[in-house]
Amino acid sequence: MKRTIKFLLPLVLFLIAVGFLFKGLFLDPREVPSPLVGKPAPSFQAPVLGEAGKTFNSDDMKGQVWLLNVWASWCAACREEHPVLMAMEKTGQIATYGLDYKDTDAEAQAVLKEHGNPYKVVATDADGKIGIDYGVYGVPETYVIDKTGVIRYKQIGPITEEILLTKIVPLLKELQR
Amino acid sequence: MIPELGLFSLILAFFFAIIQGTLPLVGVWKNNATLSNFAVPAARAQFVFIALAFVCLGYSFYANDFSVLYVASNSNSHLPLVYRLAAVWGGHEGSMLLWVSILAVWTMAVTMFAKGLPTSFRIRLIAVMGLVSVGFLAFIIFTSNPFERLIPAAVDGRDLNPLLQDPGMVFHPPVLYMGYVGFSVAFAFAIAALLDGRLDITWARWTRPWTTVAWVFLTLGIAFGSEWAYYELGWGGWWFWDAVENASFMPWLVGTALIHSLAVTEKRDAFKVWTVLLSICAFSLSLLGTFLVRSGVLTSVHAFATDPGRGLFILVYLVVVIGGALLLFALRAPTVGLGERFDVVSRESMLLANNVVLAAAAGSVLLGTMYPLLMDALGAGKISVGPPYFDAVFVAIMVPGIFLMGLGPLAKWKKASLPEIGTRLRVAAVISVVSALLVPSVMGKLTLMAAVGVFLGIWVMSTSLILLVNRLKTRQTAVPNLIENLKGIPLAFYGMLLAHIGIGVFVLGVTLVKGYESEQDLRMEVNDVAHIGNLAFRFEGAKEVAGPNYLSSLGKFIVTSNSKEVAVLHPEKRFYPVQGAMMTEADIEPGVLEDIYVSLGEPLENGAWSVRIYIKPFVRWIWAGCILMALGGILALMDRRYRIVNKKETREAQEGFEA
Amino acid sequence: MKKLLILFLLVFNFLLSTSAAFAGEAKPLAEDPVLEARLKAMSHELRCLVCQNQTLADSNSPLAEDLRKEIRAQMRAGKSDQEVVDYLVARYGDFVRYRPPVNSNTALLWFGPFLLLLIGGFVLYRVLKKQAGSDDIQGEDG
Repeated sequence: MKRTIKFLLPLVLFLIAVGFLFKGLFLDPREVPSPLVGKPAPSFQAPVLGEAGKTFNSDDMKGQVWLLNVWASWCAACREEHPVLMAMEKTGQIATYGLDYKDTDAEAQAVLKEHGNPYKVVATDADGKIGIDYGVYGVPETYVIDKTGVIRYKQIGPITEEILLTKIVPLLKELQR
Repeated sequence: MIPELGLFSLILAFFFAIIQGTLPLVGVWKNNATLSNFAVPAARAQFVFIALAFVCLGYSFYANDFSVLYVASNSNSHLPLVYRLAAVWGGHEGSMLLWVSILAVWTMAVTMFAKGLPTSFRIRLIAVMGLVSVGFLAFIIFTSNPFERLIPAAVDGRDLNPLLQDPGMVFHPPVLYMGYVGFSVAFAFAIAALLDGRLDITWARWTRPWTTVAWVFLTLGIAFGSEWAYYELGWGGWWFWDAVENASFMPWLVGTALIHSLAVTEKRDAFKVWTVLLSICAFSLSLLGTFLVRSGVLTSVHAFATDPGRGLFILVYLVVVIGGALLLFALRAPTVGLGERFDVVSRESMLLANNVVLAAAAGSVLLGTMYPLLMDALGAGKISVGPPYFDAVFVAIMVPGIFLMGLGPLAKWKKASLPEIGTRLRVAAVISVVSALLVPSVMGKLTLMAAVGVFLGIWVMSTSLILLVNRLKTRQTAVPNLIENLKGIPLAFYGMLLAHIGIGVFVLGVTLVKGYESEQDLRMEVNDVAHIGNLAFRFEGAKEVAGPNYLSSLGKFIVTSNSKEVAVLHPEKRFYPVQGAMMTEADIEPGVLEDIYVSLGEPLENGAWSVRIYIKPFVRWIWAGCILMALGGILALMDRRYRIVNKKETREAQEGFEA
Repeated sequence: MKKLLILFLLVFNFLLSTSAAFAGEAKPLAEDPVLEARLKAMSHELRCLVCQNQTLADSNSPLAEDLRKEIRAQMRAGKSDQEVVDYLVARYGDFVRYRPPVNSNTALLWFGPFLLLLIGGFVLYRVLKKQAGSDDIQGEDG
């Protein structure tokens, strides 16, 4: 009997590997979770889109829950989530701030004019340096930041209605309490 | 009509594969000759219909039939004909068709050349190959149909990925697949032997040449792929430890172990359980590689999200084929005997020590490839495992293994003495140590890595030569005729020597290119000269040239050494408009001692360009080493022994013999 | 006449020198080749986040450009290689490192193969002992 068990070892190892492979089928190998979740959001000052001379200072956001949405006029997936952002803005539940990533002001403004502006303020990050601080690697990305300035959630890729309802809204309710 | 004919052929092939995989097994079990006799005709019919399907797909590419989705996605009317044909395996569906076509080629070969086997064994062998084929054909028909129509038809195709528009694409995939699909034969031999209860010397002797052929193809396929990456990707690397590469490298490592353990089994009827397990593992790793590459779990972007069915299908297939094989193994292996005895220090034990090293090396590649998935599945975060890991762990494991390569062949069969081996190797040790100190110093600077690498490379080569000299000496005392004695040594022995020397050449190439390559990123105006070592590179500017389906900036460099022209190089920057892709085509002056490698970066102002120039010392030795290994395999195959043995067994089996 | 000759020689000389300047020595692309070499060595161990499986050194993606620019700036500011890697890991996680850190999660990865080698060697020795039996065996040439 002991002999047989020894020879079952390859099969057992194989089946364990299969378990992982099966799990792997439902994971996205390219989604990189941010190490910044649970850490203070990097503070930044940046020019405000469309209001020359004005600066947005992230430190001023302390004390409120806010969404930082990284987007750009050249980003096709951003158009996809734009209606969701607009709908969100209409409910007035949350203040969404935009970070216009590696973009020109004129093109960004043209997009907002055409599709509507869901943002309270849009800060600009023309050279992408703020993006690097936030670990942005694919636009759009969205950060949920709490009252103490800590990043609580990061959405990589467009926010869909499903993600909004199942993940973001419940989190916001919890944070705003 | 042609695509429908292709699909219909595939479906017919599927049914023939089912017949081939089931009825004969029942026939052997129930001792029913009528059912058993289905095996060969069904296998051949399967081959014919798969070949027909393959031709149909090839024709659709040839005729630019953009009403076929796969053609429209992977070809274009401006694509040169040879690449249109190579585009048959340029995407997922077609490469799966190539996979199953090559399996059919191997099955056909088995029906033609494996005639010396006892009938029941041969029938089981063919049936197992049929079962392997059933799953793959089902996968193609149900999830990856290359003949799917696109309605309305596209006006033109989206083109073959420009990276693949290269002569490498014509040869590399078929040769590589011949290799790792070829291990299916060793797998089928193992399963048939387990079913038959015939795990013995004759089984090992039958499997050996088939395994060697597959191994030769795999060696060449990997070498082609490496050389292709070297010149095509434009930054002069020759191996990236990418999942796709690892998928072919793991079967190679295990296949190499298998070749060696088969030698022990054939000689001593020993370690049969291990050998049969390796036979199963080599092919299982081929299948696992296919899964990893095709399912998107490791590389592609959201491949599973669009079609989780494919990954799941292959996974189920893996469970059935590999799981079934390992279950059979677990049931049958305990009954297998030990075989003849041999000493703890002997040729046999050295061969098996090599197996332990190769298995651990394959384990490190497997672990490195799968670990990111493992971590992710356990929710432990995302990590990347790349070249720094493999360079450290894999190399550290291989170093003692390569050292053992020098000792092993000098050990006597059954019982050897280490002191005696040591005495025989004194000369080799001296040569290797001296080279290890000398070569790096001549190349530039002496580093530990270079010294170890050169030592091992020269060690393997010099011990191999000493082995030959020793062998001749023992013969020389009997008949003092060098030529006759050289002729008298079996080809298999020369094959082993050549393959081992190939490893030495390979190790030297890897060591020297890694240690002493130089790279310069330059900004060159027209007529600027760059001096690197004793070479001068004059940039004569770049001009616009139109290719068949691309626009090219064709640079011209005149390379001189002491005012003597060495080479004229034309690196290119190509733009492929259909996919909007830029491609860097480096130009290389290959040489035995070094490659001169020039690639164009970006155009700068006033006709200036950013230019990258590499000097790659001994880089050719990497592929030359692989070619020597493959030639070694071919020599071993040509050994008289197999022919004589086969004839003898043929008589025993009372059957005709064709090979 | 003599003056004319001198003038001619001067002009000729000038022409010569300009043409020599025209066939100039190629300049390194980077402003600071030493720093660039450091960047290159380091970025070979970093992963480009948006690429299929490419190092930061080999990638031409805009993000890779930006990150290289950032790394250069930090190196110029006197940061050590380790500090730069830490900076990137803090933002993108261990995913950016092709050399996974050695910790409890990756112990199996780093040491597993060597353990396999040891266990394999041990098992082989045991089995060989058994295979050899007790009595003497005669060697064979071949």
